[in-house]
Amino acid sequence: MAYSPHTEADHQRMLGAVGVDSIEDLFDDIPARVRATRFAIPPPLTEQEVRAELSRLADRNRIASVSFLGAGAYRHLVPSVVTEVIGRSEFATSYTPYQPEVSQGTLQSIYEFQSLICELTGMEVASASHYDGATATAEAALMACRLTRRHRIAISTAVNPQVRRVLATYCSGPGIELIEVPADLAEGGSGLTEVPSAEGLLDDSVACLVAQQPNFLGGIEPMRELADAAHAVGAQLVAVVEPTSLAMLEPPGAYGADIVAAEGQPLGIPVEFGGPYVGLMAARMESVRQMPGRLVGATRDAQGRKGYVLTLQAREQHIRRERAASNICTNQALCALAATAYLTAVGPAGLREVAERSMIQARHVASAIEAAGLGERRFETPYFAEVSVHVPDAARRHAALAERGIVAGYPLEGEYPELADTLLLAATELTTDDDVAALVAGLEAQR
Amino acid sequence: MSVAERPPSTDASGRGAAFHSPEAGGEPTVVQPLIFEASVPGRRAVRFPPASEAARAAAAGQPSLPASVLRAQAPHLPEVSELDLLRHFNRLSHLNHAIDLGFYPLGSCTMKYNPKVNEWAASLPGLAGSHPLDPAALSQGSLELEWLLAELLKEISGFAAVSLQPAAGAHGELTGMLMARAYHRSRGEGEQRTKVLVPDSAHGTNPATATMVGYQTVTIRSNERGGIDLEALRAALGPDTAALMITNPSTLGIFEDQIDQVVAAVREAGAISYMDGANLNAILGRFRPGEAGFDVMHFNLHKTFSTPHGGGGPGAGPVGVSERLAPFLPAPLPLLVEGDPDEVRGKAWAGRSTPGARFALEEPDARPTSIGRVRSHTGNFGMFVRAYTYIRSNGDAGLRAVSDDAVLAANYLRVRLAGAYDLPYDRICKHEVVFSGRRQKRQHGVTTLDIAKAILDHGIHPPTIYFPLIVEEALMIEPTETESLETLDRFVEIMLGIAELATSDPEALKRAPETTPVGRLDEAGAARRPDLRHVFPDAATEPD
Amino acid sequence: MNPDDLRYSREHEWVRVDGGEAVIGITSFAAGELGDIVFVELPEPGARLRQFASFGVVESVKAVSDLFAPISGEVTHVNTDLRERPELLNSDPFGGGWIAKVKLSDTAELDALLDSGAYAELTAG
Repeated sequence: MAYSPHTEADHQRMLGAVGVDSIEDLFDDIPARVRATRFAIPPPLTEQEVRAELSRLADRNRIASVSFLGAGAYRHLVPSVVTEVIGRSEFATSYTPYQPEVSQGTLQSIYEFQSLICELTGMEVASASHYDGATATAEAALMACRLTRRHRIAISTAVNPQVRRVLATYCSGPGIELIEVPADLAEGGSGLTEVPSAEGLLDDSVACLVAQQPNFLGGIEPMRELADAAHAVGAQLVAVVEPTSLAMLEPPGAYGADIVAAEGQPLGIPVEFGGPYVGLMAARMESVRQMPGRLVGATRDAQGRKGYVLTLQAREQHIRRERAASNICTNQALCALAATAYLTAVGPAGLREVAERSMIQARHVASAIEAAGLGERRFETPYFAEVSVHVPDAARRHAALAERGIVAGYPLEGEYPELADTLLLAATELTTDDDVAALVAGLEAQR
Repeated sequence: MSVAERPPSTDASGRGAAFHSPEAGGEPTVVQPLIFEASVPGRRAVRFPPASEAARAAAAGQPSLPASVLRAQAPHLPEVSELDLLRHFNRLSHLNHAIDLGFYPLGSCTMKYNPKVNEWAASLPGLAGSHPLDPAALSQGSLELEWLLAELLKEISGFAAVSLQPAAGAHGELTGMLMARAYHRSRGEGEQRTKVLVPDSAHGTNPATATMVGYQTVTIRSNERGGIDLEALRAALGPDTAALMITNPSTLGIFEDQIDQVVAAVREAGAISYMDGANLNAILGRFRPGEAGFDVMHFNLHKTFSTPHGGGGPGAGPVGVSERLAPFLPAPLPLLVEGDPDEVRGKAWAGRSTPGARFALEEPDARPTSIGRVRSHTGNFGMFVRAYTYIRSNGDAGLRAVSDDAVLAANYLRVRLAGAYDLPYDRICKHEVVFSGRRQKRQHGVTTLDIAKAILDHGIHPPTIYFPLIVEEALMIEPTETESLETLDRFVEIMLGIAELATSDPEALKRAPETTPVGRLDEAGAARRPDLRHVFPDAATEPD
Repeated sequence: MNPDDLRYSREHEWVRVDGGEAVIGITSFAAGELGDIVFVELPEPGARLRQFASFGVVESVKAVSDLFAPISGEVTHVNTDLRERPELLNSDPFGGGWIAKVKLSDTAELDALLDSGAYAELTAG
């Protein structure tokens, strides 16, 4: 009723053509015994009424005036031009490009996306995206199992806890064993994955080692050594990376990563309570046939025009069915387009500025907290744009500050019991000096 | 490849005219250059304010990044002005067909109108700016929206509980099968139950999902009426059956009129019944799978509930479950921890908040029977906002009318095209109808692919082709409820015209499409010699 | 069209026997059903094939199919040309599109295969 155009006259004409008296007749084949006995949905709303309802819900949220919360989802600038690009209904209201002749817009933009992800990560092939970073990581680890024909996966505890949980769920189906490689969380420790522990736990039954850079606690991992440890036993390194950090940090392709996974949300996608985000995956060309997800390739038509098509589809569910590498069907095309537009809008200089500003403000807030005697960094090791800071009585102060609209990062104790009274503080290019001052003042007031 | 010989009258961001290479037959002509071709060193679109001196000074005392972890060379991101960027993507968008431009009768995809008020809602700063890890006190609106959407989906489907977590339909299927496995394990039958049954008309995601969970797929034939063969199903069911995955209405667009017997047989065998909810658009208000005894179903919010397809996502695939599967739902669930559910719902339906009502996410590990997380955070929240807006806009009468009109439109096309194309199942259909192009193939060598390509020249998108697999030269048409009678009639004229051309001038169809930005593309070449990325001249990785 | 000197399996593979060595491939009928072939997953030299068991995969643009060994034996050579030019399976399936050479373990297995006439009947229906 809200959007159907049919008038009573239209109904009559169609019913007449079909040869039934009423629409009810078209549902005669639903046996009475299985018909719905209730449908207690509220009545229809006009546009102004539904706007009021959604505004009611939006107003029940309190968007923090000052936030140092990251932990896998980051508040970056979403340039207006990015919003404009993904708002074009030719992109938004089109389907998966199974008829390439009328889908070159989507297909070429995905090819550009694949190219940009390869550039950022230093890898040879990138997929057209996955649901999020966590599922991309799980799919990457399972891909390593297929490539090596091994059934155990080693994962550092310094990888995002949500990613680890998703991997555990994905492994439970095919019965793949997960091994945890501990991070050094002791007092005075590094906050990084312990390479000797990794070496000790890796053997030729392990398909891959999954490590994150920067890790969940903000630290810069010894990725090259971890790659060496994996390769020494014929296992793969699955590197989980943060895309804006790749403006500054060595790309995983250069330090020996075999498969790369990432959460692409920082690239032009709002935090919007956790989704839709976009998972990135990249690998070497020799592994491409085991890579799940859509791939777009360049080709030509009979007139010699350049064009793009979904390719290597024989990997996918609609052809392989029970022999497919993954069941993935929908990707996150519009979010991948946002990332493509974002990387184009900021360019190499802009992405570097985002990374630099984020790093400076993370150091600024850590330094300000230390200078005020409110706490100290939990680890001495270098970090990118997120830092673990020990603050006495952190949980109480965090809750009290939240009431006042200040989110003092992410309390780590819930996921890492060894890290009591430790807050994970994230900064981005949107973090201002006033934000730092407000956090310091807020913590001070809560002494 | 390089783009040579730019026409002198255009600048770098010139209208995407064909660029001709001087060496004929060498370089392809380009419809719209890659964004990398418009890149000029030093250009940029977005700038950021510099860090203050005070911030830099404070930062100086902190550890810097060691040189060994730094990138040697900046990534080759495009360097373009904001205007060039916008022109590039606008021109690309012009190369797409979309619902907002024309008819898109893709069977099984439900390409209905995507209401723009949904977009307005999703971009409200209070919703778009809500961080998933904010303390619950700051996210009451987000949590309430998720809770209310779950309540609505429960009511629509008749299921006891709903999780919004899965990111897509296939992801919902994975979730459903993982829950089935957990259920059987909880009853000590995990080892014995190894098989998933699917009809031969099933979507490819169904067997692919079964494999991901470590199950073996067994295919059950369909009967001559287009439903699952009940006897074959009964014969295949046994103590080794984990689940049946079935779509209802089937992928042939036909309601399974023995569905209660199907569900009962599965339950009796101790197995889990899974309904693929892709075709929900046909049965809103008329059939509630949870009420009919199904154990689990996924919803496609990007089909029935109008969230935009986005060129291939994002979607959302929430799952509804029966009581016996509820303990296994993904965690964490959004909960109403303080307040009476009936009161909160009732007030929300009247557009009001309930004072004192409080929502929170389930505590981690509060429900040890859960299969755990299937993704980060609580799901594709942006799509929840859109679906919630859609359901509230339509309301009870609107949702019923959706199915009424979707089914009427599909039957209208069925009778109008039944003379020109073979109709394998000549009976009342639901929201989609499956034809076969076998007459055109056998008599004139014109395949369903040729028919689809010819439709493109009329500015509309073809129906789904070659699915389901059990119909030769399948052509699956789903008009949806949002297309006018004029659009439907024009489609009929086009299809009748193509049927006529198949007899009088089949070569014309084989040349199609001729008016689209590109013609039929060399897919074999694309797969044999994959070119999956633009390689930059001084790239760190060598081209293959 | 189906060479007379070959033997054929019901899964559309062929065998050419030359003393104790056999050459195997897929038939033109199979290649036609698959459409434009884009990839072949070849066995490794030294791999042991078992008659009628799967030993590789062939992919076209729109389909994927297992390869089933028409006879048992040890793989001595594979046709590496197929890596660069999988289209040989479409253009020359009985000649340049051969897949592997196999040291026969049991010539009696040939009795389970069809001659060209019987295979032609199988594919006519």
